[in-house]
Amino acid sequence: MTTLADLAPGRSGTIAGFRESGPVVHRLMQLGVIEGQPFAVVRTAPMGDPIEIEILGYALSLRRSEARVVLVSEVA
Amino acid sequence: MNPAEPCRVSPEPPRVTAARDGAPIVVAIGNPNAGKSTVFNALTGLRQKVANYPGVTVERHAGTLRLAGGDAGLVDLPGTYSLAAQSPDEMVAVDVLLGRIPELGRPAVVLVVVDASNLRRNLYLASQVLELDRPVVIALNMMDLARSKGIAIDVERLAARLGVPVVPLVASREEGIDALRFALSEALEHKGREPVIVAPELQAAAQALCEDLRGAGRAVAAYEVERALIDEGGYAETRLCREHGPSTLALLRGVRTGLVAEGSVAALETRRRYHWINQVVAAVERRVPRGPTQSDRLDRVLNHPIAGSLAFLILMAAVFQSVFFWAQPLMDLIDKATRTAGGLLAERLPEGAVASLLVDGVIAGVGSVVVFLPQIAILSALIIFLEDTGYMARAAFLVDRLMRLCGLSGQSFIPMLSSFACAVPGIMATRVIPNPRDRLATILAAPFMTCSARLPVYALLISAFVPPTHYAYGLLNLQGLVLLGLYLLGIAGGVGTAWLMKRTLLRGPTPSFLMELPPYRLPRLRSVAIKLAERLKVFLTRAGTIILTVSVVVWALVYFPHPPALHAGFQTERSAAEESLAGDPLERRLVELNRQESAAFLEQSALGRLGRVIEPVFSPLGWDWKVTAAVIASFPAREVVIAVLGTIYAVGAEVKAEDAGLIQRLRGSAWPDGRKVFSVSVAVGLMLFYAFCLQCTATVAVIRRETNSWRWAGFAWVYMTGLGYLGALVSVEAGRFLT
Repeated sequence: MTTLADLAPGRSGTIAGFRESGPVVHRLMQLGVIEGQPFAVVRTAPMGDPIEIEILGYALSLRRSEARVVLVSEVA
Repeated sequence: MNPAEPCRVSPEPPRVTAARDGAPIVVAIGNPNAGKSTVFNALTGLRQKVANYPGVTVERHAGTLRLAGGDAGLVDLPGTYSLAAQSPDEMVAVDVLLGRIPELGRPAVVLVVVDASNLRRNLYLASQVLELDRPVVIALNMMDLARSKGIAIDVERLAARLGVPVVPLVASREEGIDALRFALSEALEHKGREPVIVAPELQAAAQALCEDLRGAGRAVAAYEVERALIDEGGYAETRLCREHGPSTLALLRGVRTGLVAEGSVAALETRRRYHWINQVVAAVERRVPRGPTQSDRLDRVLNHPIAGSLAFLILMAAVFQSVFFWAQPLMDLIDKATRTAGGLLAERLPEGAVASLLVDGVIAGVGSVVVFLPQIAILSALIIFLEDTGYMARAAFLVDRLMRLCGLSGQSFIPMLSSFACAVPGIMATRVIPNPRDRLATILAAPFMTCSARLPVYALLISAFVPPTHYAYGLLNLQGLVLLGLYLLGIAGGVGTAWLMKRTLLRGPTPSFLMELPPYRLPRLRSVAIKLAERLKVFLTRAGTIILTVSVVVWALVYFPHPPALHAGFQTERSAAEESLAGDPLERRLVELNRQESAAFLEQSALGRLGRVIEPVFSPLGWDWKVTAAVIASFPAREVVIAVLGTIYAVGAEVKAEDAGLIQRLRGSAWPDGRKVFSVSVAVGLMLFYAFCLQCTATVAVIRRETNSWRWAGFAWVYMTGLGYLGALVSVEAGRFLT
């Protein structure tokens, strides 16, 4: 299944779920990364990591290792 | 919030809702970047105090809130996204809201600062606070930003949905502050409100478990049980089990399995909350789609992998240039002022111990540290300004990958970089690092960076012992290369220390790098000034007392016992000179006698004797008592070594690093058997010692203040001094092996 880390900048989709649970997932959910929520990948930092996404109308940065836990369904 | 009230009894009898002086306490809470400190400053002005919460390094900002019905205390909680108690900041927030901090008691009113342009994420924390049985006022801040993003909010309907007053604000322009004051004083009068129920099954389960515990004779609040249910394996769970016995854990687990078939209670909580939030927001918010904002356009350049990195380098270079450009004249001025003040005082006071204590101990000692104040102030001001614009989050984003190589995160970069000017503002800037282990590792790494006080010491040692050999047709100079090497050595020391600490003492799971990139804002000068004043106050008061103490101790070591016979001997020689000489030769002779007298007194002094007593400790490094004494005297502030060497080698204390006289005497300095003290390996060893050793009372004091413990300050001191000793030893041994 596609994860958030697989998407290039400019792509968008909706959050589909998580591959595992734990404190980081809990924190992501508190920040609005939650099933059914639309998002867009905005850009990546030098060396491709971390990445910046737009969700709930704000910009959130997360590392690739964290993005790999987030399952997404891609829209565009 | 729950109609079945019997369980809402606090574990201890509820404390009076008041501070010690009897004024009610209002607590301000909100997401990071919601403008909470701007609201706090607008409400309290300069009537604020900063302290730490007991036992943790979380800062407590408290101020006085002038209201129509009398004064109230306003306490500012650290910015948090949730009450989940995953970080020290959140634990403190929960403790304050539940009235577990004895000096504060239970808050009379909770003020939730909400970013109107980011309503949904901000309502998450607000929904958690609304479940508490405390009066709440919502400050809907950044209304201007929301409007510019095409967001319209029906404030009255929002207030009706939440059951609490909602005050629209633009805190940066102080719009709505009077209305907020009014709402707060109203809330202090009327305590009752309709409960908000966000996750009914969770609250019911918490309620039931709470009743069970009470049946077993345990007094506990339903809210604490609810947080413990959510917080599997975390702080809230641990605390509940500690207070009510290990059997509580089994009870919690049982309730959890009943609540969720798969997944966690924490996930259930977030889903329920966002479900509730989506309903509220759908009813109160209208969005007109707008194109990219100014901030988005800025980020296309400033946060771009290549253009952004380039802009970052230019910006950092500009920051450093301005620190040195603006600070230097002020530093010269302070230096001159201390000397003048010392001189004036010396003229007016009778010669003796008191005059010497004031002039050479207090004024010179404090002056040697205050001279760094312009640098600290300018650098801190620039850091605070960049933090307030929102740029610091971008800087952390850009360098995170790089910083991970030494086990740190992007947020450690700016503190480390600042430490090249001075470790004091660098260590203060670590406050933005959310993870406590990363923060400590950064604090321990920062003092290794080559600060501006090391420069004069390096300059002296390099010009004395490194020949100005040129290579590559004069493009490279050995002296310059050695200086570059010392800079790189500092970086290696810092990075290596961070790496080592993250693998040993500060080992733990990799902290997450979930970070909001807030929209760019033009900072308010007033807000920058308030934060700057607070940091400088911390430096001058907390560090100042320690610096003063150490300066006086070292002065006493240098001054006492000060035998009068020695002075009498030199007086005889002076009289003899006055009889036999006149004019310029007499002047020269008198100056020379003064220098010799200072040197003789120093040799007789406690420091001189100490230098001899502990000479064996440093003799493996090839140091004689003179070098040993100078190194000891420079522990309060490393650059002092130049003046002390000047006195010891009798060239006068008013020497500069480039002083030819001192350089000549250092080169000529010999052991009684005629061997030179400074071989190449000893000189290199001394440079290594100064590169690593923590000879800076201000830094020690700031580490103590920022980690809230003498343990870490002591550790840093022992670790760095040990490393300095080791470096010097390795150099000497290597020299011995090679020759």
